[in-house]
Amino acid sequence: MENQDIFRLSIGGQAGQGIKATGLLLAKIATRLGKHVYTYSEFPSLIKGGHNLIQVSISKEQVFAPSKSTDFWITLDQNTLNVHLAEFQDSCSIIFDEEKNYDFTRINKKANLFPIPLSKLSKDAGGSQIMSNTVALGVAIALLGADLQIFKDLLLDEFGSKGEETVKVNQLAAQNGYTYALEHFAEKKKNILFKEDVVEQKIVVNANDAVALGAIAAGLQFAAIYPMSPISNILHILASNQEKFGFIYKQPEDEIAAINMAIGASLAGARSMTATSGGGFGLMVEGLGLAAMTETPIVVIDGMRPGPATGLPTWSGQGDLRFVLHAHQGDFPRIVLAAGDPLEAFYLTMQAFNLADKYQTPVIVLIDKNICEHDQSMPFFDTANYAIDQGKFTTEKEAEFERYKLSADGISLRSIPGSGNFFIANSYEHATIGYDSEEIKDINSQMSKRMTKLVTCAANEDTSPKLYGPQNADVTIVSWGSNKGSILQALKDFPNVNYLHLTWMSPFPDKAVRAVLEKCKYIINLECNYSAVLAGLIKEKTGIEITDNFLKYDGRPFFPEEINEKLKSVLQK
Amino acid sequence: MFYKNKMTLITDLTTSCSPTWCPGCGDFAIWAAFKNAAVAQDWNNLNTVLTAGIGCHGHLLNYVKIASVEGLHGRAIPLATGIKMANSRLNVFVFTGDGDSLAEGGNHFINACRRNHDITVILHDNAIYALTTGQTSPRSPHGFKSKSTPSGNIDEPISPVSLAIASGATFVAREYASHIPQLSELIVKANDHKGIAIIDVLQPCVSFSDLYTHDFYQQNTYYLSKDYDATNQTKAFEKSLEWGEKQIPLGIFYQVEKPSYEDQIIQIAQRPLVDKPPTKKDLSEIFKKYS
Repeated sequence: MENQDIFRLSIGGQAGQGIKATGLLLAKIATRLGKHVYTYSEFPSLIKGGHNLIQVSISKEQVFAPSKSTDFWITLDQNTLNVHLAEFQDSCSIIFDEEKNYDFTRINKKANLFPIPLSKLSKDAGGSQIMSNTVALGVAIALLGADLQIFKDLLLDEFGSKGEETVKVNQLAAQNGYTYALEHFAEKKKNILFKEDVVEQKIVVNANDAVALGAIAAGLQFAAIYPMSPISNILHILASNQEKFGFIYKQPEDEIAAINMAIGASLAGARSMTATSGGGFGLMVEGLGLAAMTETPIVVIDGMRPGPATGLPTWSGQGDLRFVLHAHQGDFPRIVLAAGDPLEAFYLTMQAFNLADKYQTPVIVLIDKNICEHDQSMPFFDTANYAIDQGKFTTEKEAEFERYKLSADGISLRSIPGSGNFFIANSYEHATIGYDSEEIKDINSQMSKRMTKLVTCAANEDTSPKLYGPQNADVTIVSWGSNKGSILQALKDFPNVNYLHLTWMSPFPDKAVRAVLEKCKYIINLECNYSAVLAGLIKEKTGIEITDNFLKYDGRPFFPEEINEKLKSVLQK
Repeated sequence: MFYKNKMTLITDLTTSCSPTWCPGCGDFAIWAAFKNAAVAQDWNNLNTVLTAGIGCHGHLLNYVKIASVEGLHGRAIPLATGIKMANSRLNVFVFTGDGDSLAEGGNHFINACRRNHDITVILHDNAIYALTTGQTSPRSPHGFKSKSTPSGNIDEPISPVSLAIASGATFVAREYASHIPQLSELIVKANDHKGIAIIDVLQPCVSFSDLYTHDFYQQNTYYLSKDYDATNQTKAFEKSLEWGEKQIPLGIFYQVEKPSYEDQIIQIAQRPLVDKPPTKKDLSEIFKKYS
């Protein structure tokens, strides 16, 4: 970026070579030095073989997005050179295993080659071939001027639980690389990874971490989640923390069971959630309506990936917005939120549990792969201001309990089986106690009661979008989800451009969006889908038609460079 | 049958709704048998929850005054298991049908059996889709003529008893709906059993099928002998395949003691999950792992 000094290091190799783990180690080293980091990874839907890449962007200031080119490479296979040829920056550095005969001839840019006996140094440390990545990282931090001790300390923290021997071998591998680099390339050492004057303690997290941690912090009691990319890490984190925090994670037989189990647990009085990607959400659709009809609180996370059917399992997309807004037959109230980064994912997840309880209806939180799996540094999440709100809820026996009693705000007192209160949580249309009813007055009053909850929600909650940048600008970008990062990154170069970021999709903040957009000189709607679904929603809710839709649906996120070019072309008109 | 006390009276279970089942429907008998068991065992709004899928059976929830959940077609079992995991103190009953649990919800039926959730499943087995006015079900025999199979059913039927035994259920039984006292007793035994209990309840559909009638079941069922060994899974499976003239066994086919799913969850070893309200959690220890 023109206005920010960002150093980018990429590690490329085969799936199974520990590419992502090595990138995360570097991210944590940089964070411990007081830097800000953003990691970006690309990988196919494979476990072994295939090509994996992680790019770690490091800066003194916050980094929001990946870059199209990289300054420093650790290449652990020939494919890194073949696949990413265009991303090698002029005068970039390349660390590679000197025992491998990689073909560098296609790189037509000036590059500093660092042939290192990675396999040998790894074996010398008592490690296997796979530890070449640790050796290479030792080389990299030597060449970038970092202190070896900080790497060794991190390896102790990361591998301590695996035993002394594992720590020792890893530390030796790191040291072998570090020493070799200084012995052979001391003159090429740069001062990039120096310790900043002020080092704030930060966490390196992605939205999967954030959703799981947010759920735990918000008092999650039950989760049923069927594995699916890109959200499987949510269930991994929940599964490994359930005994410590006392909640239950259950792996169900399918997504239909997932949502029905979560609804059952919620009906019994437990704070409950499920999570999936678009295909799994397709199976959950009937359960969504059950939660709404029985007025049962439930939080559903949809981690979006591109395409219908199996699509592109390990890539990112934003094609599910209309799907989650309309999924299921008939009319019912639903709350739909969309997170733009891990921080928002954390707070929106926490909020989602309160909203589900208060309005007794499904709350869907949209995230996309681009934030699900890309770790960023940020301050520790602050939960001080959060208070659990279960809304109108009792476990006590009521004198005259009517589960679906009519009320002005549409919300009735909720209770649980075993409380002594009789009710039928009924998927059929029902009267106030829950008995089946086909009486016109019950049909009309219950439908109206349910739908009123959304009006109550819109009135009580702050659903407004956030405007980044100047109040008045030559160009306004409107978008949602993970595009936020690349847009904010690009905006650093454009003082006369602002960004309207939406996190509430239902109830839709129509007045607030109209108030901003009707004053704009020029609007670009930016989305990772084919049909510009947000632009359609904005038109439906505000009457404002956005004609410049900047769209991408190839599974890759928008890069700041692309937004930069787009803005330049618009501003030159 | 053992009567725990007289806290719950039959009148306490009465609701303001009148049954809409056809006169002669087996659901009346199952309803009566369940209510008798509930009175005997003092099942009420402090200790019990009922769930149902969609089908004629599901209407039963309107006629028993115990808190209940009418779920979606085929999905009563995952609902019930979610409830049980959240509040393991409750007696959890699933009313379901042959279409509900063998077609639409087959996957849930199999998986709940193998997990041994501590719930009782009462499967209203009329071998036809009745609520949708008479189509073939997974229990309808080969050659069965119905609105969906006018030239005769090509599919072979499946036995819920065989399926439950094969799937690892730890209590598998069959009764004929109109044997009301015996069915009540069986429902009590099923609820007392630790782990999943499946009761296949044979019932006629008086409106849409003249195949499996009251007469048919009265003439062709028999009780498993007193020396039948219900702990032998292979023998039980073999027995479950028996079906024909004078050849329909009733009783407990299979019962073994195994820890239930809920017994094995450490988090609820001391008390049910919902005994405590949700509490905000401090994450500072976890955050350290991310730095």
